[in-house]
Amino acid sequence: METEIAVSASKLSRHFGAFKAVDEISFDVKKGEIFGFLGANGAGKTTAIKMLCGLLKPTEGEATVAGFSIRTGTAMIKKNIGYMSQKFSLYEDLTVKENIEFYGGIYGLSREEIANKTRLLLSELNLENMQNSLTRALPLGWKQRLALSASLLHDPPIIFLDEPTGGVDPISRRNFWRIIYEIANRGKTVFVTTHYMDEAEYCNRVSIMHRGKIIELGTPTGLKQKYDKTTMQDIFIHIIGQN
Amino acid sequence: MMLPIISIKNFSKSFGGTKAVASLDLEVEKGELFGLIGPDGAGKTTTIRTLVTLISPDSGEIFVNNLDVKKDVRKIRSITGYMPQRFSLYPDLSVNQNLVFFANLFDVPKREIAERKKRLFQFSNLEPFAGRLAGQLSGGMKQKLALSCTLIHNPVVLILDEPTTGVDPVSRNEFWTILKELKKEGVTILVSTPYMDEAVKCDRVAIMHEGMVLARGKPETMTASFQNRIYKLAGQDLIKHINSIALIPGILSVQSFGDSLHLTLPDNQAKENIRGKIKNILGRSFQMEPVEPSLEDLFIALIEGKSRNGN
Repeated sequence: METEIAVSASKLSRHFGAFKAVDEISFDVKKGEIFGFLGANGAGKTTAIKMLCGLLKPTEGEATVAGFSIRTGTAMIKKNIGYMSQKFSLYEDLTVKENIEFYGGIYGLSREEIANKTRLLLSELNLENMQNSLTRALPLGWKQRLALSASLLHDPPIIFLDEPTGGVDPISRRNFWRIIYEIANRGKTVFVTTHYMDEAEYCNRVSIMHRGKIIELGTPTGLKQKYDKTTMQDIFIHIIGQN
Repeated sequence: MMLPIISIKNFSKSFGGTKAVASLDLEVEKGELFGLIGPDGAGKTTTIRTLVTLISPDSGEIFVNNLDVKKDVRKIRSITGYMPQRFSLYPDLSVNQNLVFFANLFDVPKREIAERKKRLFQFSNLEPFAGRLAGQLSGGMKQKLALSCTLIHNPVVLILDEPTTGVDPVSRNEFWTILKELKKEGVTILVSTPYMDEAVKCDRVAIMHEGMVLARGKPETMTASFQNRIYKLAGQDLIKHINSIALIPGILSVQSFGDSLHLTLPDNQAKENIRGKIKNILGRSFQMEPVEPSLEDLFIALIEGKSRNGN
């Protein structure tokens, strides 16, 4: 049954001196699931994601991503995940086409694959006319879709999205989430953080992190029943506001 | 003649060949909490930067508290507080040191600094963290410190460019509680935001698109003027079927709202007919109830309508 789990954490911890940024978190994310990793600013989400992506060693505990240990299998993990964040995504002073080629190179695709993927992607995103424009000239919503596509160039089974829609207007956010749904429908696992609680509703399951610990985990519907609330926003404010 | 505290008439600004703002008229009354909303590239930040004298208009008359943005640069800067999208705090200075630094920058008299800090700490609840380095604050606390630094010289107009982007819902609530407190004290606030739940907390909002204002007014008046009907669909796994539902003739648009869908129908569209067709798609029961349109419904309808007709 192990193969049905995309991400698994077991008492995963990271300490910085006396400070427990991540404090014994445990959870499983199933293959093909959209998993919302929620929490207040400073709750420890970014530290946890860095460990899961193989960028930071845990102090204690264990986790596997795509079946590989974050202690011993970081090289394999990096081949099996895509990562996109609002803060770091594309090189603004490269053209649209150069960005795609750059990411293709980073992910180890062959020249032929890069050429094919670039053509395919530009056509999918309707960016053929813009391919030689500097990326900074693209509207934010387009940049985000391009960044998402670039992070999927090597066809990874798992994708980490760290606040992918920060500062984006309601229409672009909806368009972005339609793409996330398409990705999940293709069987990919989506691990996403967001501060927009309407987006949390789109997730199959969510966890809520607070002061290094996961203090709630379940489906949006299940949590609404448990707390007798109608929206994830109400639940989040209720749980975090109380603690 | 007494102008509104912010008065923008026929303002245009281009960058190279791109028109960022086109013949914009906008007025904000003294003491108002005014929201600017619109998609990326609508011209919100250009408008804000012009108001705080960081860029100059190509044309138009722009006054802040009866001061001309083209002539009275220094005076405008002394009476406005401006928080850009990326506010620079000094991460290796403490909360206290950042406040003192900005107080000195804005020529706050030395003997008044302690009193002002005390008052700002009442708003922000940052006093217990006065000695902590700014770089070690959480995102929500950083935003509150940035706001405090923006307020240290007692500005009469506060201009905030997406101050809560990347901030969690609890911290956003706290931030808006502070804005309401400032409004009570008579501060005029102009704020841009991508969050519609924040926009409805404003006295008035303007929805901007491609350098122009598409609609403006009190949020409740604007939504009351919405011409189409909105129905809320509730049931299991609705989002999977959103594309098929959108293809049903007679439906103007389908949008996800959390785990439910909002259907927009023309006023005269028979709802039972539509209900039957959705049931065929879903193959199971669901709820379909009329709901009052929200500001977000209006925003989507205006911007999508514009994109369909205009471009």
